[in-house]
Amino acid sequence: MRDERDLRYSKTHEWVDMSDDNTAYIGIDDFAQSEMGDIVFINLPDVGDTVEAGEVFGDVESVKAVSDLISPVSGKVIEVNEELIDNPGLINEEPYEAWMIKVEDAQEADGLMDRAEMDSFIENEK
Amino acid sequence: MDDSEIVLKKTPLYDIHVKYGAKIIPFAGWEMPVQYKAGVVDEHMAVRTGAGLFDISHMGEISIKGKDSLDFINYLLTNDYSDIEDGQARYSPMCNEKGGCVDDVIVYKKGQDDYLMVVNAANKDKDFAWINSHKTDDIQADVEDISDSVAQIAVQGPDAISIVEKICKAEDIPENYYYACFDRDILGFDCIISRTGYTGEDGVEIYCPPEAAAPVWEKLIEVSEGKLIPCGLGARDTLRLEAGMPLYGHEMNDDISPREAGLGMFVKLEKEADFIGKDALVKAGDPKRGKIGLKVTGRGIVREGQDVYKDGKKVGVTCSGTFLPFLKGAYATALVDAGVRELGSVYEVDVRGRRVECEQVKSRFYKRA
Repeated sequence: MRDERDLRYSKTHEWVDMSDDNTAYIGIDDFAQSEMGDIVFINLPDVGDTVEAGEVFGDVESVKAVSDLISPVSGKVIEVNEELIDNPGLINEEPYEAWMIKVEDAQEADGLMDRAEMDSFIENEK
Repeated sequence: MDDSEIVLKKTPLYDIHVKYGAKIIPFAGWEMPVQYKAGVVDEHMAVRTGAGLFDISHMGEISIKGKDSLDFINYLLTNDYSDIEDGQARYSPMCNEKGGCVDDVIVYKKGQDDYLMVVNAANKDKDFAWINSHKTDDIQADVEDISDSVAQIAVQGPDAISIVEKICKAEDIPENYYYACFDRDILGFDCIISRTGYTGEDGVEIYCPPEAAAPVWEKLIEVSEGKLIPCGLGARDTLRLEAGMPLYGHEMNDDISPREAGLGMFVKLEKEADFIGKDALVKAGDPKRGKIGLKVTGRGIVREGQDVYKDGKKVGVTCSGTFLPFLKGAYATALVDAGVRELGSVYEVDVRGRRVECEQVKSRFYKRA
Protein backbone atom coordinates (compact mmCIF):
# COMPACT_ATOMS: atom_id res chain seq x y z
CA MET A 1 0.00 0.00 0.00
CA ARG A 2 1.21 3.47 -0.90
CA ASP A 3 1.20 5.90 2.05
CA GLU A 4 -0.26 9.25 1.00
CA ARG A 5 1.90 10.95 3.63
CA ASP A 6 5.03 9.97 1.64
CA LEU A 7 3.83 11.49 -1.64
CA ARG A 8 4.46 14.89 -3.22
CA TYR A 9 1.54 16.89 -4.65
CA SER A 10 0.92 19.51 -7.31
CA LYS A 11 -1.59 22.36 -7.02
CA THR A 12 -3.60 20.63 -9.76
CA HIS A 13 -3.97 17.56 -7.49
CA GLU A 14 -1.61 15.09 -9.11
CA TRP A 15 0.60 13.04 -6.79
CA VAL A 16 4.17 11.77 -7.33
CA ASP A 17 5.67 8.71 -5.72
CA MET A 18 9.40 9.17 -6.35
CA SER A 19 11.86 6.36 -5.70
CA ASP A 20 15.59 6.68 -5.02
CA ASP A 21 16.49 5.84 -8.62
CA ASN A 22 14.32 8.72 -9.88
CA THR A 23 11.54 6.59 -11.28
CA ALA A 24 8.19 8.09 -10.39
CA TYR A 25 4.61 6.87 -10.27
CA ILE A 26 1.98 9.53 -11.05
CA GLY A 27 -1.69 9.63 -10.03
CA ILE A 28 -4.41 12.04 -8.88
CA ASP A 29 -5.28 12.72 -5.27
CA ASP A 30 -8.41 11.92 -3.28
CA PHE A 31 -9.64 15.53 -3.46
CA ALA A 32 -9.53 15.46 -7.29
CA GLN A 33 -11.34 12.13 -7.66
CA SER A 34 -13.99 13.22 -5.18
CA GLU A 35 -14.56 16.54 -6.97
CA MET A 36 -14.85 14.80 -10.36
CA GLY A 37 -17.23 12.08 -9.24
CA ASP A 38 -17.54 8.75 -11.05
CA ILE A 39 -14.61 8.47 -13.47
CA VAL A 40 -15.58 6.62 -16.64
CA PHE A 41 -12.72 7.19 -19.07
CA ILE A 42 -9.00 7.86 -19.02
CA ASN A 43 -6.70 8.85 -21.86
CA LEU A 44 -3.00 8.22 -21.16
CA PRO A 45 0.24 8.61 -23.15
CA ASP A 46 2.01 5.63 -24.73
CA VAL A 47 5.08 3.92 -23.33
CA GLY A 48 8.10 5.75 -24.76
CA ASP A 49 6.41 9.17 -24.82
CA THR A 50 8.02 11.97 -22.84
CA VAL A 51 6.07 14.10 -20.39
CA GLU A 52 6.91 17.66 -19.38
CA ALA A 53 6.41 19.09 -15.91
CA GLY A 54 3.41 21.44 -15.96
CA GLU A 55 2.16 20.12 -19.31
CA VAL A 56 -0.90 18.01 -20.10
CA PHE A 57 -0.15 14.28 -20.31
CA GLY A 58 -3.67 12.92 -20.62
CA ASP A 59 -7.24 13.42 -19.49
CA VAL A 60 -9.80 11.82 -17.24
CA GLU A 61 -13.53 12.03 -17.80
CA SER A 62 -16.26 11.66 -15.25
CA VAL A 63 -19.95 11.47 -16.10
CA LYS A 64 -20.04 15.23 -15.56
CA ALA A 65 -16.90 16.63 -17.19
CA VAL A 66 -13.43 16.16 -18.61
CA SER A 67 -10.27 17.19 -16.72
CA ASP A 68 -6.75 17.49 -18.04
CA LEU A 69 -3.98 15.61 -16.28
CA ILE A 70 -1.00 17.91 -15.67
CA SER A 71 2.33 16.18 -15.24
CA PRO A 72 4.10 16.94 -11.96
CA VAL A 73 7.38 15.64 -13.43
CA SER A 74 9.44 15.65 -16.63
CA GLY A 75 10.74 12.35 -17.97
CA LYS A 76 10.08 9.32 -20.16
CA VAL A 77 7.02 7.09 -19.74
CA ILE A 78 8.17 3.50 -19.22
CA GLU A 79 4.90 1.97 -18.10
CA VAL A 80 1.18 2.78 -18.32
CA ASN A 81 -1.41 1.35 -15.95
CA GLU A 82 -3.52 -0.61 -18.46
CA GLU A 83 -5.86 -1.74 -15.70
CA LEU A 84 -7.21 1.82 -15.40
CA ILE A 85 -8.06 1.94 -19.08
CA ASP A 86 -10.40 -1.03 -18.62
CA ASN A 87 -11.59 0.05 -15.18
CA PRO A 88 -11.15 3.80 -14.59
CA GLY A 89 -13.45 3.56 -11.55
CA LEU A 90 -10.42 2.25 -9.62
CA ILE A 91 -9.25 5.89 -9.43
CA ASN A 92 -12.35 6.70 -7.34
CA GLU A 93 -11.94 3.61 -5.18
CA GLU A 94 -8.24 3.87 -4.36
CA PRO A 95 -6.73 7.07 -5.73
CA TYR A 96 -3.30 6.39 -4.22
CA GLU A 97 -3.09 2.82 -5.54
CA ALA A 98 -4.39 3.80 -8.98
CA TRP A 99 -1.13 5.08 -10.49
CA MET A 100 -1.47 6.19 -14.10
CA ILE A 101 2.03 6.32 -15.54
CA LYS A 102 5.54 5.34 -14.45
CA VAL A 103 8.25 7.79 -15.51
CA GLU A 104 12.04 7.26 -15.55
CA ASP A 105 14.67 9.96 -14.96
CA ALA A 106 11.87 11.98 -13.46
CA GLN A 107 12.53 15.62 -12.63
CA GLU A 108 9.98 17.20 -10.31
CA ALA A 109 8.16 20.36 -11.27
CA ASP A 110 8.81 23.42 -9.09
CA GLY A 111 6.47 24.00 -6.22
CA LEU A 112 5.35 20.47 -5.37
CA MET A 113 4.06 20.11 -1.83
CA ASP A 114 4.21 17.49 0.90
CA ARG A 115 1.01 16.16 2.49
CA ALA A 116 0.82 18.78 5.24
CA GLU A 117 1.32 21.62 2.75
CA MET A 118 -1.25 20.03 0.46
CA ASP A 119 -3.81 19.78 3.26
CA SER A 120 -3.52 23.47 4.04
CA PHE A 121 -3.61 24.28 0.30
CA ILE A 122 -6.88 22.33 -0.06
CA GLU A 123 -8.28 24.02 3.05
CA ASN A 124 -7.56 27.45 1.52
CA GLU A 125 -8.99 26.40 -1.85
CA LYS A 126 -12.41 25.58 -0.39
CA MET B 1 -23.72 42.60 -14.04
CA ASP B 2 -21.05 40.63 -12.23
CA ASP B 3 -21.89 36.99 -11.63
CA SER B 4 -21.35 37.33 -7.90
CA GLU B 5 -24.19 39.86 -7.69
CA ILE B 6 -26.78 37.37 -8.92
CA VAL B 7 -28.63 35.98 -5.94
CA LEU B 8 -29.39 32.34 -6.54
CA LYS B 9 -32.74 31.00 -5.40
CA LYS B 10 -33.07 28.07 -3.02
CA THR B 11 -35.82 25.49 -3.25
CA PRO B 12 -37.71 24.60 -0.05
CA LEU B 13 -35.61 21.40 0.02
CA TYR B 14 -32.22 23.15 0.09
CA ASP B 15 -31.46 22.35 3.75
CA ILE B 16 -32.42 18.72 3.18
CA HIS B 17 -30.02 18.49 0.23
CA VAL B 18 -27.21 19.78 2.42
CA LYS B 19 -28.20 17.32 5.15
CA TYR B 20 -28.04 14.42 2.67
CA GLY B 21 -24.55 15.47 1.55
CA ALA B 22 -25.45 16.97 -1.82
CA LYS B 23 -22.94 18.81 -3.95
CA ILE B 24 -24.70 22.09 -4.78
CA ILE B 25 -24.21 23.90 -8.10
CA PRO B 26 -25.82 26.96 -9.69
CA PHE B 27 -28.38 25.92 -12.31
CA ALA B 28 -30.82 28.21 -14.14
CA GLY B 29 -30.70 30.75 -11.31
CA TRP B 30 -31.11 28.14 -8.57
CA GLU B 31 -28.82 26.44 -6.11
CA MET B 32 -29.48 22.81 -6.98
CA PRO B 33 -28.04 19.43 -5.97
CA VAL B 34 -26.00 17.96 -8.84
CA GLN B 35 -25.37 14.74 -6.92
CA TYR B 36 -25.48 13.28 -3.42
CA LYS B 37 -22.94 11.03 -1.71
CA ALA B 38 -23.87 7.99 -3.81
CA GLY B 39 -22.71 9.75 -6.99
CA VAL B 40 -24.26 10.04 -10.45
CA VAL B 41 -23.74 6.40 -11.47
CA ASP B 42 -25.34 4.86 -8.36
CA GLU B 43 -28.18 7.40 -8.43
CA HIS B 44 -28.82 6.61 -12.10
CA MET B 45 -28.82 2.85 -11.43
CA ALA B 46 -31.18 3.30 -8.46
CA VAL B 47 -33.78 4.80 -10.80
CA ARG B 48 -33.36 2.02 -13.38
CA THR B 49 -33.51 -0.81 -10.83
CA GLY B 50 -35.29 0.58 -7.73
CA ALA B 51 -36.40 4.13 -7.10
CA GLY B 52 -34.96 7.64 -6.99
CA LEU B 53 -36.18 10.90 -5.48
CA PHE B 54 -35.63 14.27 -7.20
CA ASP B 55 -36.19 17.88 -6.19
CA ILE B 56 -37.50 19.57 -9.32
CA SER B 57 -38.95 22.61 -7.57
CA HIS B 58 -36.94 24.85 -9.90
CA MET B 59 -39.37 24.05 -12.72
CA GLY B 60 -41.77 26.87 -13.62
CA GLU B 61 -45.56 26.66 -13.42
CA ILE B 62 -47.88 28.98 -15.29
CA SER B 63 -51.63 28.91 -14.77
CA ILE B 64 -53.85 29.71 -17.76
CA LYS B 65 -57.52 30.12 -17.01
CA GLY B 66 -60.57 31.64 -18.64
CA LYS B 67 -63.00 31.33 -21.51
CA ASP B 68 -60.37 31.46 -24.26
CA SER B 69 -57.67 29.49 -22.48
CA LEU B 70 -57.90 26.39 -24.70
CA ASP B 71 -57.83 28.43 -27.92
CA PHE B 72 -54.92 30.46 -26.58
CA ILE B 73 -52.95 27.30 -25.71
CA ASN B 74 -53.64 25.88 -29.17
CA TYR B 75 -52.30 29.14 -30.64
CA LEU B 76 -49.16 29.12 -28.46
CA LEU B 77 -48.24 25.45 -28.84
CA THR B 78 -47.60 23.16 -31.80
CA ASN B 79 -49.40 20.13 -30.36
CA ASP B 80 -53.19 19.86 -30.53
CA TYR B 81 -55.02 20.29 -27.24
CA SER B 82 -58.55 20.24 -28.69
CA ASP B 83 -59.31 16.78 -27.35
CA ILE B 84 -57.37 16.89 -24.07
CA GLU B 85 -59.41 15.42 -21.19
CA ASP B 86 -59.74 16.59 -17.61
CA GLY B 87 -56.70 15.34 -15.71
CA GLN B 88 -54.68 14.65 -18.83
CA ALA B 89 -51.17 15.95 -19.50
CA ARG B 90 -49.78 16.66 -22.96
CA TYR B 91 -46.26 17.58 -24.07
CA SER B 92 -45.55 20.22 -26.69
CA PRO B 93 -42.85 22.41 -28.15
CA MET B 94 -43.63 26.16 -28.06
CA CYS B 95 -42.40 27.79 -31.27
CA ASN B 96 -41.37 31.28 -32.25
CA GLU B 97 -42.40 32.84 -35.61
CA LYS B 98 -39.31 31.38 -37.32
CA GLY B 99 -40.29 27.86 -36.23
CA GLY B 100 -37.51 27.64 -33.61
CA CYS B 101 -38.31 26.57 -30.06
CA VAL B 102 -39.06 29.09 -27.30
CA ASP B 103 -39.35 26.14 -24.91
CA ASP B 104 -40.86 22.69 -24.54
CA VAL B 105 -43.67 22.36 -22.02
CA ILE B 106 -46.27 20.09 -20.50
CA VAL B 107 -49.85 21.33 -20.21
CA TYR B 108 -52.35 19.74 -17.81
CA LYS B 109 -56.08 20.20 -18.11
CA LYS B 110 -57.30 20.64 -14.58
CA GLY B 111 -60.89 21.30 -15.59
CA GLN B 112 -63.06 23.39 -17.88
CA ASP B 113 -61.07 26.55 -18.87
CA ASP B 114 -58.41 25.72 -16.29
CA TYR B 115 -54.92 24.67 -17.44
CA LEU B 116 -51.47 24.35 -15.88
CA MET B 117 -48.35 24.78 -18.03
CA VAL B 118 -45.05 23.44 -16.69
CA VAL B 119 -41.95 25.01 -18.22
CA ASN B 120 -38.18 24.77 -17.95
CA ALA B 121 -36.63 26.72 -15.08
CA ALA B 122 -34.14 28.51 -17.31
CA ASN B 123 -36.93 29.67 -19.64
CA LYS B 124 -39.64 30.55 -17.15
CA ASP B 125 -39.36 34.35 -17.28
CA LYS B 126 -38.86 34.29 -21.06
CA ASP B 127 -41.91 32.04 -21.50
CA PHE B 128 -44.11 34.17 -19.25
CA ALA B 129 -43.16 37.32 -21.19
CA TRP B 130 -43.63 35.50 -24.50
CA ILE B 131 -47.09 34.23 -23.57
CA ASN B 132 -48.19 37.66 -22.32
CA SER B 133 -46.85 39.39 -25.43
CA HIS B 134 -49.21 37.24 -27.53
CA LYS B 135 -52.22 37.71 -25.30
CA THR B 136 -54.07 40.39 -27.21
CA ASP B 137 -56.94 42.27 -25.55
CA ASP B 138 -59.58 40.14 -27.25
CA ILE B 139 -58.22 36.93 -25.69
CA GLN B 140 -60.02 36.18 -22.43
CA ALA B 141 -57.40 34.26 -20.47
CA ASP B 142 -55.75 34.89 -17.12
CA VAL B 143 -52.08 34.01 -17.27
CA GLU B 144 -50.35 33.77 -13.92
CA ASP B 145 -46.84 32.72 -12.95
CA ILE B 146 -47.49 30.56 -9.87
CA SER B 147 -43.98 29.08 -9.68
CA ASP B 148 -43.23 30.53 -6.24
CA SER B 149 -46.20 28.73 -4.72
CA VAL B 150 -45.43 25.32 -6.24
CA ALA B 151 -42.71 22.86 -5.24
CA GLN B 152 -42.14 19.64 -7.20
CA ILE B 153 -40.80 16.25 -6.18
CA ALA B 154 -40.28 13.39 -8.65
CA VAL B 155 -40.31 9.74 -7.57
CA GLN B 156 -39.03 7.59 -10.44
CA GLY B 157 -38.18 3.95 -10.99
CA PRO B 158 -39.79 0.48 -11.02
CA ASP B 159 -40.45 0.70 -7.25
CA ALA B 160 -41.71 4.31 -7.32
CA ILE B 161 -45.45 3.63 -7.35
CA SER B 162 -45.33 1.10 -4.51
CA ILE B 163 -43.50 3.67 -2.36
CA VAL B 164 -45.82 6.61 -3.17
CA GLU B 165 -48.84 4.38 -2.43
CA LYS B 166 -47.73 4.34 1.20
CA ILE B 167 -48.29 8.08 1.64
CA CYS B 168 -51.56 8.54 -0.25
CA LYS B 169 -54.69 6.66 -1.22
CA ALA B 170 -54.18 4.16 -4.05
CA GLU B 171 -56.85 5.95 -6.12
CA ASP B 172 -54.87 9.22 -5.87
CA ILE B 173 -52.24 7.78 -8.21
CA PRO B 174 -53.32 8.02 -11.86
CA GLU B 175 -53.56 4.62 -13.54
CA ASN B 176 -52.36 5.85 -16.91
CA TYR B 177 -49.17 7.53 -18.02
CA TYR B 178 -49.53 11.27 -18.70
CA TYR B 179 -52.54 11.69 -16.43
CA ALA B 180 -52.70 13.56 -13.12
CA CYS B 181 -54.93 13.56 -10.03
CA PHE B 182 -55.57 17.10 -8.77
CA ASP B 183 -56.39 18.29 -5.24
CA ARG B 184 -55.18 15.13 -3.48
CA ASP B 185 -54.21 14.95 0.17
CA ILE B 186 -50.65 14.04 1.15
CA LEU B 187 -49.84 14.60 4.87
CA GLY B 188 -52.64 17.17 4.98
CA PHE B 189 -51.31 19.18 2.04
CA ASP B 190 -53.14 19.84 -1.22
CA CYS B 191 -51.09 18.13 -3.95
CA ILE B 192 -51.20 17.10 -7.60
CA ILE B 193 -49.99 13.57 -8.31
CA SER B 194 -48.93 13.24 -11.94
CA ARG B 195 -47.88 10.03 -13.65
CA THR B 196 -45.10 11.68 -15.62
CA GLY B 197 -41.33 11.89 -15.50
CA TYR B 198 -38.06 12.58 -17.25
CA THR B 199 -36.20 9.33 -16.72
CA GLY B 200 -37.72 6.69 -19.01
CA GLU B 201 -39.09 4.83 -15.97
CA ASP B 202 -42.54 4.62 -14.40
CA GLY B 203 -43.13 7.05 -11.56
CA VAL B 204 -44.84 10.23 -10.47
CA GLU B 205 -44.19 13.93 -10.13
CA ILE B 206 -45.82 15.46 -7.05
CA TYR B 207 -46.75 19.15 -7.15
CA CYS B 208 -47.19 20.55 -3.66
CA PRO B 209 -47.10 23.81 -1.67
CA PRO B 210 -43.52 24.85 -0.75
CA GLU B 211 -44.09 24.13 2.95
CA ALA B 212 -45.08 20.54 2.08
CA ALA B 213 -41.89 19.70 0.17
CA ALA B 214 -39.65 18.86 3.13
CA PRO B 215 -42.19 16.76 5.07
CA VAL B 216 -43.26 14.88 1.92
CA TRP B 217 -39.61 14.23 0.98
CA GLU B 218 -38.74 12.92 4.43
CA LYS B 219 -41.92 10.80 4.64
CA LEU B 220 -41.14 9.20 1.28
CA ILE B 221 -37.60 8.35 2.43
CA GLU B 222 -38.98 6.93 5.68
CA VAL B 223 -41.67 4.70 4.16
CA SER B 224 -39.33 3.43 1.45
CA GLU B 225 -37.20 1.68 4.10
CA GLY B 226 -33.97 2.57 2.35
CA LYS B 227 -35.18 1.83 -1.18
CA LEU B 228 -35.51 5.46 -2.27
CA ILE B 229 -32.23 7.16 -3.21
CA PRO B 230 -32.01 10.98 -3.49
CA CYS B 231 -30.85 11.88 -7.00
CA GLY B 232 -29.36 15.12 -8.32
CA LEU B 233 -29.41 16.95 -11.63
CA GLY B 234 -26.44 14.87 -12.83
CA ALA B 235 -28.49 11.65 -12.81
CA ARG B 236 -31.54 13.54 -14.11
CA ASP B 237 -29.50 14.43 -17.20
CA THR B 238 -27.97 10.98 -17.80
CA LEU B 239 -31.37 9.32 -17.29
CA ARG B 240 -33.18 11.60 -19.75
CA LEU B 241 -30.43 11.23 -22.36
CA GLU B 242 -30.36 7.43 -22.00
CA ALA B 243 -34.15 7.38 -22.47
CA GLY B 244 -33.86 9.57 -25.59
CA MET B 245 -35.64 12.59 -24.12
CA PRO B 246 -34.70 16.08 -25.35
CA LEU B 247 -33.39 18.89 -23.16
CA TYR B 248 -34.02 22.50 -24.08
CA GLY B 249 -30.78 24.29 -24.97
CA HIS B 250 -29.30 21.03 -26.25
CA GLU B 251 -31.54 19.10 -28.67
CA MET B 252 -33.56 22.27 -29.39
CA ASN B 253 -33.31 26.03 -28.97
CA ASP B 254 -34.55 29.27 -30.53
CA ASP B 255 -32.89 28.32 -33.83
CA ILE B 256 -33.68 24.60 -33.94
CA SER B 257 -37.20 23.63 -34.99
CA PRO B 258 -39.06 20.80 -33.26
CA ARG B 259 -39.11 18.86 -36.52
CA GLU B 260 -35.32 19.08 -36.75
CA ALA B 261 -35.12 18.00 -33.09
CA GLY B 262 -37.05 14.81 -33.85
CA LEU B 263 -40.23 16.12 -32.23
CA GLY B 264 -42.32 16.17 -35.40
CA MET B 265 -44.98 13.98 -33.80
CA PHE B 266 -45.74 16.90 -31.45
CA VAL B 267 -46.19 19.37 -34.33
CA LYS B 268 -49.74 19.18 -35.62
CA LEU B 269 -49.64 21.12 -38.88
CA GLU B 270 -53.07 19.68 -39.71
CA LYS B 271 -54.80 20.94 -36.54
CA GLU B 272 -57.68 23.35 -37.02
CA ALA B 273 -56.15 26.22 -35.05
CA ASP B 274 -53.42 28.42 -36.44
CA PHE B 275 -50.35 28.49 -34.20
CA ILE B 276 -47.19 30.52 -33.83
CA GLY B 277 -44.47 29.20 -36.12
CA LYS B 278 -46.82 27.25 -38.38
CA ASP B 279 -46.11 29.35 -41.51
CA ALA B 280 -42.36 29.01 -41.05
CA LEU B 281 -42.57 25.26 -40.40
CA VAL B 282 -44.74 24.72 -43.49
CA LYS B 283 -42.47 26.89 -45.63
CA ALA B 284 -39.35 25.07 -44.38
CA GLY B 285 -40.74 21.76 -45.69
CA ASP B 286 -38.85 18.62 -44.80
CA PRO B 287 -36.06 19.54 -42.36
CA LYS B 288 -32.60 19.90 -43.90
CA ARG B 289 -30.99 18.68 -40.72
CA GLY B 290 -32.16 16.22 -38.12
CA LYS B 291 -31.36 14.64 -34.79
CA ILE B 292 -29.52 11.35 -34.61
CA GLY B 293 -28.32 9.09 -31.83
CA LEU B 294 -24.66 8.12 -31.70
CA LYS B 295 -23.05 5.24 -29.87
CA VAL B 296 -19.35 5.87 -29.34
CA THR B 297 -17.48 2.87 -30.76
CA GLY B 298 -14.00 4.41 -30.47
CA ARG B 299 -12.22 5.40 -27.27
CA GLY B 300 -13.50 8.50 -25.50
CA ILE B 301 -16.50 10.42 -24.26
CA VAL B 302 -18.30 12.66 -26.75
CA ARG B 303 -19.73 15.87 -25.21
CA GLU B 304 -22.06 18.58 -26.50
CA GLY B 305 -20.92 21.10 -29.10
CA GLN B 306 -18.41 18.85 -30.88
CA ASP B 307 -18.17 18.63 -34.68
CA VAL B 308 -19.48 15.51 -36.42
CA TYR B 309 -17.83 14.20 -39.59
CA LYS B 310 -18.87 11.60 -42.14
CA ASP B 311 -16.44 10.44 -44.82
CA GLY B 312 -14.14 13.29 -43.79
CA LYS B 313 -16.77 15.99 -44.33
CA LYS B 314 -18.34 17.99 -41.50
CA VAL B 315 -22.02 17.11 -41.35
CA GLY B 316 -23.16 18.51 -38.00
CA VAL B 317 -22.57 19.06 -34.32
CA THR B 318 -23.38 17.14 -31.14
CA CYS B 319 -26.24 18.31 -28.85
CA SER B 320 -25.64 16.21 -25.72
CA GLY B 321 -23.19 13.50 -24.82
CA THR B 322 -21.80 11.65 -21.85
CA PHE B 323 -21.24 8.18 -20.39
CA LEU B 324 -24.59 6.45 -19.82
CA PRO B 325 -24.42 4.33 -16.67
CA PHE B 326 -27.10 1.69 -17.39
CA LEU B 327 -25.87 1.02 -20.93
CA LYS B 328 -22.29 1.32 -19.69
CA GLY B 329 -21.07 3.24 -22.68
CA ALA B 330 -20.60 6.68 -24.17
CA TYR B 331 -23.50 8.01 -26.23
CA ALA B 332 -24.43 11.34 -27.81
CA THR B 333 -27.12 13.08 -29.81
CA ALA B 334 -26.24 15.23 -32.79
CA LEU B 335 -27.91 17.51 -35.31
CA VAL B 336 -26.66 16.52 -38.78
CA ASP B 337 -27.48 17.08 -42.46
CA ALA B 338 -30.72 15.18 -43.05
CA GLY B 339 -29.41 13.44 -46.17
CA VAL B 340 -26.53 11.61 -44.50
CA ARG B 341 -28.61 9.95 -41.81
CA GLU B 342 -28.80 6.16 -41.83
CA LEU B 343 -28.94 3.73 -38.93
CA GLY B 344 -25.68 1.83 -38.63
CA SER B 345 -23.58 4.34 -40.54
CA VAL B 346 -20.23 5.45 -39.16
CA TYR B 347 -19.30 8.99 -38.10
CA GLU B 348 -16.31 10.62 -36.45
CA VAL B 349 -16.60 13.24 -33.72
CA ASP B 350 -13.83 15.73 -32.99
CA VAL B 351 -13.17 15.30 -29.27
CA ARG B 352 -10.72 18.10 -28.43
CA GLY B 353 -8.65 17.47 -31.54
CA ARG B 354 -8.98 13.68 -31.55
CA ARG B 355 -11.33 11.93 -33.98
CA VAL B 356 -13.48 9.38 -32.17
CA GLU B 357 -15.55 6.84 -34.12
CA CYS B 358 -19.30 6.60 -33.55
CA GLU B 359 -22.14 4.58 -35.01
CA GLN B 360 -25.63 5.92 -35.65
CA VAL B 361 -28.20 4.15 -33.48
CA LYS B 362 -31.79 4.90 -32.47
CA SER B 363 -31.71 8.00 -30.27
CA ARG B 364 -33.94 6.31 -27.70
CA PHE B 365 -30.88 4.49 -26.41
CA TYR B 366 -32.73 2.76 -23.58
CA LYS B 367 -36.29 1.52 -23.58
CA ARG B 368 -37.86 0.12 -20.45
CA ALA B 369 -38.85 -3.55 -20.83
